[in-house]
Amino acid sequence: MSSSAASDSRALLSVRELRTHFNVGDHAVKAVDGVSFDVQEGKTLGIVGESGCGKTVLSRSIMGITTASNASTSGSVTYCGTELAGKSKRELRKFWGEEMAMVFQDPMTSLNPVVRIGRQLTEHLRAHKDLSKSEANDLAVQLLTWVRIPEPKERLSNFPHQMSGGMRQRVCIAIALACSPNLLFADEPTTALDVTVQHQILNLLAQQQQERQMGMVLVTHDLGVVATRTDDIAVMYAGKFVEKASTSALFSGMRHPYTQSLFWSIPKTSEPKHTRLSAIVGRPPNLAALPPGCSFADRCPYVQPICREVEPELQTIDSHSFACHLPVGSSDAEAALSANISAGLPQSKGAAARREAHQGTLT
Amino acid sequence: MAGSGTAHLRDEDDMMIRVENLTVQFPAKGSNVVHAVSGISFDVRCGETLGLVGESGCGKSTTGKALLQLPPPTGGSVQLDGEELTQLSRPEMTARRTDIQMIFQDPISSLNPRRTIGKIVAEPLDVWGPTARDEQWALVASILDAVGIDPEDAKYKRPHEYSGGQCQRISIARALVMEPKVIICDEPVSALDVSVQAQILNMLEDLKAKHGLTLVFIAHDLAVVKNISDRVAVMYLGKMCEISDSDDLYAKPAHPYTQLLMDSHPEPNPDAVIDDTVILGGEIPSPIFPPSGCRFRTRCESADDRCANEEPKMSMISDGHYVACHHPLVEPVS
Ligand SMILES: Nc1ncnc2c1ncn2[C@@H]1O[C@H](COP(=O)(O)OP(=O)(O)OP(=O)(O)O)[C@@H](O)[C@H]1O
Ligand SMILES: Nc1ncnc2c1ncn2[C@@H]1O[C@H](COP(=O)(O)OP(=O)(O)OP(=O)(O)O)[C@@H](O)[C@H]1O
Ligand code: SF4
Ligand SMILES: [Mg+2]
Ligand SMILES: [Mg+2]
Repeated sequence: MSSSAASDSRALLSVRELRTHFNVGDHAVKAVDGVSFDVQEGKTLGIVGESGCGKTVLSRSIMGITTASNASTSGSVTYCGTELAGKSKRELRKFWGEEMAMVFQDPMTSLNPVVRIGRQLTEHLRAHKDLSKSEANDLAVQLLTWVRIPEPKERLSNFPHQMSGGMRQRVCIAIALACSPNLLFADEPTTALDVTVQHQILNLLAQQQQERQMGMVLVTHDLGVVATRTDDIAVMYAGKFVEKASTSALFSGMRHPYTQSLFWSIPKTSEPKHTRLSAIVGRPPNLAALPPGCSFADRCPYVQPICREVEPELQTIDSHSFACHLPVGSSDAEAALSANISAGLPQSKGAAARREAHQGTLT
Repeated sequence: MAGSGTAHLRDEDDMMIRVENLTVQFPAKGSNVVHAVSGISFDVRCGETLGLVGESGCGKSTTGKALLQLPPPTGGSVQLDGEELTQLSRPEMTARRTDIQMIFQDPISSLNPRRTIGKIVAEPLDVWGPTARDEQWALVASILDAVGIDPEDAKYKRPHEYSGGQCQRISIARALVMEPKVIICDEPVSALDVSVQAQILNMLEDLKAKHGLTLVFIAHDLAVVKNISDRVAVMYLGKMCEISDSDDLYAKPAHPYTQLLMDSHPEPNPDAVIDDTVILGGEIPSPIFPPSGCRFRTRCESADDRCANEEPKMSMISDGHYVACHHPLVEPVS
């Protein structure tokens, strides 16, 4: 598969053909299967995709945080020109903190439930910075203030369970930012935050990017957040990037049918309550037994026989990459969809209904 | 007296949940207390879905857990199907757990890491359900399948071998397996992509239609809340600000905090702009020393002396739409 990202001297991170497979019995669960991309200084790459498609495993593999003993990883990861693949755990650890940091999807996976928040923060700070106890304490209070936790001094004596879900999440963000990392992996960092606090926290991250040119990989299911907070978007499906483009290009013309179908499922505040939501039919393929051809074929409204035989290559047109035989917007795709709708193919029903509702156009 | 009044409670006899003046406090340093929930009231009709939204830390999870007496609230009344739960002994309350289940907020860490998923989901059945293994498994398998988790994998895989969203769906399956009358859902879809989210929300709607399932649905995504809820309650710092039919709330938010929330909702459009000046103003109040009068006043553009001195009480804006504000954005009916 060709790589979509052109090499750039200012790339903070370059990932090439990254694979992480889990060995389960005599099968390999292909959680990440040949992913390539770059992250530039000061920029944000958003990653979206179906639950279970490999987003978390991808971030953890790049950082070298072991996912499981049955995992095997291959491919190349260069950070500021240094190849990280093949480095030992101990060597990789040196990159954690000041170079790269991660906000984990579930705050409780990175917080120790029986240690007070203050101690967790100060120990982390002192492990990375030459600070006295009281300096570390002051910095901890400042970090909690940054992430808008009320009564920050008081909160240092809290155990994680004494904080709300969103407060725990903000503590994790504070810990990740504590050492001013150059590159931040933020895995669903705002799922427990109301939209107002979310806005403030995303502003804080954006400010770090402007001031220090921090690069960011932002994994999120919130398409409102990706729309407004990223420079580029990668869409992941069954362990692979199936589409990647600048945020504005993606929103103005998505090419992969999965991306299009995903966007059809967004609930809207403008619709009345109990509006039936459109979900993509079927389920993603078993990552231990991927079908030949395109892994979205069983669910795709545009599917044609070639899709089940030949795996589509990632192709790039005007810096917009997509892996599909019948990219959305092409005349072949239009014809395929019409044929599938006339044939009553179940997975094209949603598209048919949409076409009808929007007078013939599919938006 | 703290409390935003009870004018919005419906005096009808088909209420599945009726909460009056619920108060939950936690001890803090010295003799201080955290005012997590301060006298809130609401009711949920049989088969109805109440959405609960509000600022991070405002007491939503505490409210949800207080319904299940986890821990029993500091004050107030919680009635489930006419029965007062705050008076029940622990074993009596445990027995009621067949009727009322909760989906907890942190999906991964709320699952026991040492057990297989099959066992985790079947756990409640060991106590209350069919005990025959094959009968149990048939039930567990059908529910796992409905939430998109392969039952065969679930027989041997443990929580750390699943993704965040898969763990969340496993939590949902665990709550559903008992076929409870009520489910308290605390951020049940926050880790799901919009398509799987749509499947789960549609499934909950179907269960509601089929079995008259009653839901309390805590979430931050305003579009999700509107979609699933019949009514929505908005909370701020332990208090109830506004409660209304969901369509009406979104069309005519009356509380300045509700308006702030709506203004902060990010639309899936790269050209959408959110006005920072509206969102960033004001001081974050403390739940240990909450502001006098209206708790939102430190961030409210309309706040005046009255707001500092007198706590606003719930009053009617229109049929079924109530707000606790001295200067609501929608004029009340007189
Ligand atoms: N140790 C493991 N053994 C086997 N399979 C695993 C293991 N860890 C993860 N997986 C599988 O790998 C896939 C990718 O998981 P990952 O956590 O990266 O998903 P994700 O894209 O982050 O999903 P979500 O949005 O739900 O968090 C999942 O299908 C998961 O079940
Ligand atoms: N066990 C506890 N001990 C002390 N304080 C607690 C405890 N549980 C919750 N609190 C406090 O009660 C307040 C309300 O927390 P709660 O978890 O109910 O908020 P929430 O509305 O669910 O927020 P989020 O949206 O962030 O999950 C917070 O200030 C929290 O720190
Ligand atoms: S106007 Fe007064 S009562 Fe209403 S929200 Fe603002 S401060 Fe509170
Ligand atoms: Mg994940
Ligand atoms: Mg909560």
